[in-house]
Amino acid sequence: MCKYGLVNRIIPFSCVDGPGNRSAVFFQGCEFRCAYCHNPETQNLCTSCGVCVSQCPTKALTMGDKGVLWNSELCCSCDQCLNVCPSHSSPKARWMSVDDIFQELQGALPFITGITISGGECTQYHQFAAKLFDRAHELGKTAFCDTNGQLPFREMPELTAVMDMAMLDVKAWNDERHRELTGKSNRIVLDNLNYLSEIGKLYEVRTVIVPGLLNNEETVEQVSRHLAHYPEIRYKLIKYRPWGVRPPLEVQPPSDQYMEQLRTLACENGANEVVLT
Amino acid sequence: MTENMEAKVKEIMEDPKLTYPQRLIELAKAAENLPDPVALSEEAQWFVDRDIVFDMGEGNAPYRPRYVVPDYDKFMKQGSKFLMLDPPKDIWDAVSNLLILYRFVPSVIAGPVYVGHIDRLLDPFVKDEEEARHAIRLFLTHIDRTISDSFCHANIGPYDTRAGRIILELSAEMQRPVPNMSMIYNEHTPDDFAKKAIGTGLITAKPSFVNDAMYTADWGSNYAIVSCYNALPVGGGGLTLGRLNLKKLADVTESPEQLLNDLLPRAVAAQCEQMDKRDTYILENSHFLENTFLTEEGLIQKDRFVGMFGLVGLAECVNQVLHLTDPKERYGHGKQAEEFALEILERIHSQVEAYKPKYGKFALHGQVGISTDLGVTPNTRVPVGEEPPLPEHLLITAKTQKHFAAGIGELFPFEETAKKNPQAVLDIIKGAFAEGMRYFSFYSSNSDVIRVTGYLVKRSDIEKYDAGEACIGNSTVLGSGASKGLHIFERSVRSV
Repeated sequence: MCKYGLVNRIIPFSCVDGPGNRSAVFFQGCEFRCAYCHNPETQNLCTSCGVCVSQCPTKALTMGDKGVLWNSELCCSCDQCLNVCPSHSSPKARWMSVDDIFQELQGALPFITGITISGGECTQYHQFAAKLFDRAHELGKTAFCDTNGQLPFREMPELTAVMDMAMLDVKAWNDERHRELTGKSNRIVLDNLNYLSEIGKLYEVRTVIVPGLLNNEETVEQVSRHLAHYPEIRYKLIKYRPWGVRPPLEVQPPSDQYMEQLRTLACENGANEVVLT
Repeated sequence: MTENMEAKVKEIMEDPKLTYPQRLIELAKAAENLPDPVALSEEAQWFVDRDIVFDMGEGNAPYRPRYVVPDYDKFMKQGSKFLMLDPPKDIWDAVSNLLILYRFVPSVIAGPVYVGHIDRLLDPFVKDEEEARHAIRLFLTHIDRTISDSFCHANIGPYDTRAGRIILELSAEMQRPVPNMSMIYNEHTPDDFAKKAIGTGLITAKPSFVNDAMYTADWGSNYAIVSCYNALPVGGGGLTLGRLNLKKLADVTESPEQLLNDLLPRAVAAQCEQMDKRDTYILENSHFLENTFLTEEGLIQKDRFVGMFGLVGLAECVNQVLHLTDPKERYGHGKQAEEFALEILERIHSQVEAYKPKYGKFALHGQVGISTDLGVTPNTRVPVGEEPPLPEHLLITAKTQKHFAAGIGELFPFEETAKKNPQAVLDIIKGAFAEGMRYFSFYSSNSDVIRVTGYLVKRSDIEKYDAGEACIGNSTVLGSGASKGLHIFERSVRSV
């Protein structure tokens, strides 16, 4: 299925998904089940159960032969369908071709420096993504992957060759903690960290800071020690925020003071550029 | 003195919210309005009586050009015989000479609407960084506290200079609305300097970015951005600003054909007539140019003055004349609306360009609105609350700004997150300029200094003024009106 990708949504302008102004394409589907996932509706593919259809206040959803149909003209973006979905999916995801995506981005192209693919997990569509990036380059735009590193870049040579840079989540350094948080081991993630650093294709590493749930200090310290050898890679520490998280976590967002402490820790361990957000 | 006039003067004298200089201006305005307005033909008067054509309340007996744009570079080289000033030798001489000259530069506001390309003027005198910073701080403070009007405009760029950087840093630190500021931007402007300007802009709503390539094509390189965002020749300026209210024209229009073939050409002719007569009055009756050392010393000259043909309310005109109610079809969204809008602008442009006034020439200006406007959107903008998604908004704005050689501007509030990625804003500006946008203003939605329609105010000052306190800035008074009439605080904030 490399002619199409299942797209959850497209944001024409984003200033938080890599350098400059970028269009961000969010793909549907992810193997991680992070407890703090901010957009759980991107995790699974729709099972066509139809629960959302009856809940839609504007009748934008109907049941067709091949599953739930979404009429964007009628949609009021209330997100009720996402809230009632029993399987962390979205009836609004669309199978799109490279042409479809760039058709939708046409108005944005004069104003962006590149595109970033995200998710869900964008590498689930790595062959399609490679084609998408080829087109981006033809149009003079840069192409970035925002990934949680669940699939090995070593084994996705087409995507790795064509992408300009990746931004990689390192959610927890400790494998046990990573399994608790995401349901999967971090072995591939850490291998991606090494590999992408070595080949000079890592723009940024990100860690979400969640006091009381993760061993934040350990992760920040270890990632920083790694980044000490790669001063061109920046480290972004992201405050946990409760928006969109379902079910809600019984934790508080970290204080500014704690974030500053972690920044200091990262700098002491050799990270060259640390960004808080 | 008529009873009316006496009441008007008393009202000004007793207004507790006016500072002493503001009181002087208002009294002078009252006096200027004693004579009858410049006489117009019956046809032109018909449009004036319906507020379709408006002289911007400049005064019935204009005794100086609306905007005087002196050649400050020349002044720095030669000093001034009249003012008994030698050319400056150091940064202190430089700022002092300029501040003295500003007192003698008239315009429709009390002080100058243009204070020069200040980085270019001061950079040759930047020797010691700290001393220069001290001098420039005093310079900017002096302008803010004594000119006190956000229509006073400084230009910087396109080149990266030490003075330019100091000005940007101090502006971010001081967060004052005066002077308004524009960054002349072209292919020679380094990204690094542009990003510094964007960083400052997201803190204090200035500078705005100027598409130098477009304005150089109109005026040559010796032009300046003055007042809100007017573009005018240096060494001259703008004689008068007329304003065509397309919304009010739509009110008397019955069909699109009637508008394009009958009412619009007549209204344009009426405004040209009024501007021509008022311009002639300034040059022939009030003898301003013959009676100022600015002319004698070559800082301004007659043939560098032009008339500004302003317009507002394109959006309302299009929606009303085409009876557009569906949000997808209205101005800023629908194809038919866009085509009709561009046709209106083409017609106005060709008629104004073909008109030969007695003095100078006329150029189109996208007027920014006045504080009492209600339900009339400035220039060619999409009304607040109806803005399309940002990419489409940028494209329609660029398309409609094409003919406005005497300046036009649109402004975009960004979310706080943009501060961490000034390159994103620069990408948008570069794209917008490549698409033909002339002028790009932006601010961060949570800043205290914000842009009202073209000028800057401090939100905190408006709150004070509305609570009945006097304020140093004249523009606060206007901003208070605009915040209510034009819903400026409700403008769509852009997340990028």
